[in-house]
Amino acid sequence: MAVQALDAARLPVDWVKLVQKLALPTALFVVAYGVVPAYASGYLVEAILLPFLALSLAAVGLNLLTGYCGQLSLGSSAFMAVGAFAAYNFNLRVEGLPLAGTMILAGISAAGFGVVFGLPSLRLRGFYLAVSTLAAQFFVQWALTKFGWFSNDNPSGVISAPHLAVAGLSLDSATGRYLLSVTTVMVLTALVWRLVNSATGRNFIAVRDNETAARVIGVPVLRTKLLAFAISSFIIGIAGVLWAFTYLRTVEPAGFNLDRSFQILFIIIIGGLASIRGAFLGAAFIVVLPLFLSRLGAFLFGGLFDSGVLDMSQRIVLGALIIIFLIAEPSGLSALFDRLKRRIGSRSS
Amino acid sequence: MTFFSHLRKAAIATAFVLGATAVHAEEQYFPLQSYRVGPYAAGGTGFFGGFIDYLNLINIRDGGVNGVKLAWSEGETQYEVEKGVEVYERLKSNPGIAAWNPLSVGIAYAMIDRITDDKVPLITINHGRTDTTDGRVFPYVFPLLLNPYSETSGIVNYIASKEGGLDKLKGKNIVVLYHGSPYGKETIPIYELLSQKYGFELSQIEVPHPGNEQQAQWLTIRREHPDYVVLRGWGVMNPVALKTAQKTGFPADHIIGNVWSNSEEDVIPAGDAAKGYTAITTQASGERYPVVQEIVKTVYGDGKGNLEDKSRIGSVYHNLGIVNGILNVEAVRIAQAKFGNRTLTGDEVRWGFEHLKLDPARVEALGAKDLFHSINVSWDNHEGDGYVTFQQWDGKKWNVVSDWIAPDWKLLRPIIEKSSEAYAKEKGIKIRTAEDADAVVSN
Repeated sequence: MAVQALDAARLPVDWVKLVQKLALPTALFVVAYGVVPAYASGYLVEAILLPFLALSLAAVGLNLLTGYCGQLSLGSSAFMAVGAFAAYNFNLRVEGLPLAGTMILAGISAAGFGVVFGLPSLRLRGFYLAVSTLAAQFFVQWALTKFGWFSNDNPSGVISAPHLAVAGLSLDSATGRYLLSVTTVMVLTALVWRLVNSATGRNFIAVRDNETAARVIGVPVLRTKLLAFAISSFIIGIAGVLWAFTYLRTVEPAGFNLDRSFQILFIIIIGGLASIRGAFLGAAFIVVLPLFLSRLGAFLFGGLFDSGVLDMSQRIVLGALIIIFLIAEPSGLSALFDRLKRRIGSRSS
Repeated sequence: MTFFSHLRKAAIATAFVLGATAVHAEEQYFPLQSYRVGPYAAGGTGFFGGFIDYLNLINIRDGGVNGVKLAWSEGETQYEVEKGVEVYERLKSNPGIAAWNPLSVGIAYAMIDRITDDKVPLITINHGRTDTTDGRVFPYVFPLLLNPYSETSGIVNYIASKEGGLDKLKGKNIVVLYHGSPYGKETIPIYELLSQKYGFELSQIEVPHPGNEQQAQWLTIRREHPDYVVLRGWGVMNPVALKTAQKTGFPADHIIGNVWSNSEEDVIPAGDAAKGYTAITTQASGERYPVVQEIVKTVYGDGKGNLEDKSRIGSVYHNLGIVNGILNVEAVRIAQAKFGNRTLTGDEVRWGFEHLKLDPARVEALGAKDLFHSINVSWDNHEGDGYVTFQQWDGKKWNVVSDWIAPDWKLLRPIIEKSSEAYAKEKGIKIRTAEDADAVVSN
């Protein structure tokens, strides 16, 4: 009886907390499905949101592997390429396969690939592992260029995205592709969020923090590492599908080069390791800031210098910003965000 | 909701008014996805420099095309596909777009669906996707002058002319050294087809990107003892190939470069090793052509020249940009004759490109005699039967060493149609007829 009374007394407090907790996700949901499709311009969707979503998802995947499980990888764009080309081929060769099926199969292909290239992680650590994942990078690009089958014997090896449709509804418009992208990212991010808060997620962290200790307390280290590679590659593979099908609408093997792998790695370092929110903040930083600088530069100095000089100076500004920012907050944007929130919180209370 | 919809209407109205005042004078706009930094800046600055110089010439000398001024703005792509897409999305809201000219296969591929939706032409002069030549399937894409297959056929015809006829090719040995990229691999099947047809021996050797180490490939070539080596290179691969050829003792005058291995930037770094090297081109280099002279006098004389380094005036890429300018401007002029002297829609300019017929007399009137031969685009042939010529490097400049040569279009057309029809089937595209091509969207 007493316990029930206590619960009843607590109830209003819990409601406030619940509302507080749900406010942000609800706002995000309204913006993602209401405001953006209704009001966003074509430029915002095509040039900013679509690459942002695809890279965010790739960063979520890599963060699972590098941030949570501590395995450094430089093969991200290879896994994206496997996902994109697998999706293209499943779509082409399996009659009547629904889009969701294509994406899942593409993710599974990337996961299988990830496990194979994750095997060295059983013996190698840190930078040595990063170098061995480079092999994935070079091998995939080589194989996709070498064997014409992957690109349906298209002479130039460049493939174009197929029709996108879910249940007979065409998603080929910018808004349709955006909705597909945002839904995929939300679903997968929710799954990752569940995963990192589960026993498996704690195993990942245990392996990252101290492998020997983890083994001693009974964490199956080998299985955990390979699982991290598999899930991470699955997600990165699907990010590759989004990159190819919803954003660029075309794929060539050279588009998934080492630069892209570095870009994804920088996203999670700048955003914050072992933080899902960090992946999104980092992707926003890497995708939006250069565009903002380039628009600003063109607006302020467009008449004075040619676009080459402007582009060079933007790179210098961007590089300087990254250095200053990492000195000020080595744990990434996510930590900065937390600090900001605490400060506002302490002021308002 | 009603508040927002009012707000939205008001915003659209404001934008419309502002936009309308901005194009108060009749203007035709060229969005330029240029690249002035990054590994391919040499090609980008030359090409876009020549293009802008020609547009400037038309504005300064003629006051635009029949009174319609030409306008343009640039966005830097660094030759990267996603930057090209971003610039496309940024510039496509400008009014009065005539045509897109990205000068990048990758960016062009990413734009095909988008420009087809927008109904605006996409020009890929001398490069691009070969099967876009078929205007029945690709209404808005124009690989003007020369697609990769025609280039291959032109090179083989030139070798034949040096040997004294196509029948003399039998038993000859030709090696193709190609860049290990989609671009490099595009012509593999066509070389094989020509080798079977004419009976020459063929081996095709890949140079992995970027191609700054080619010892092994050239040792293989020495063992093969070929009569000719065709260099299908890009960027740094070209000078390295020429230098390595010299080291292994293969004569430079038996190396034939393709259309992306034909610039000053490809041979100057190779120094002496490049002397005698021959390459295909659709436009001759040098400053002696009247149109180039007028650009020097009018545009550079006015301090509005686009090239910083004036010694590059008349270089291969600069002249390609000028030829590209001529083709774009003439397409607009031809479309104006049909639709009126005003700012045209993209679809109207597309009609202009599909009637872009410049015979040698018209080319001469434009001041470009010997700069390029002629073009004859139609609604179903978007390449336009461009002629090629060959130029030899003498250590200081390129000299034209052949007549204008015609590729074997009849042989290539069925292969192109097979590929484009497969694409149409894959994408569910309805094959266009001549009547469809005459239906033009005018607003």
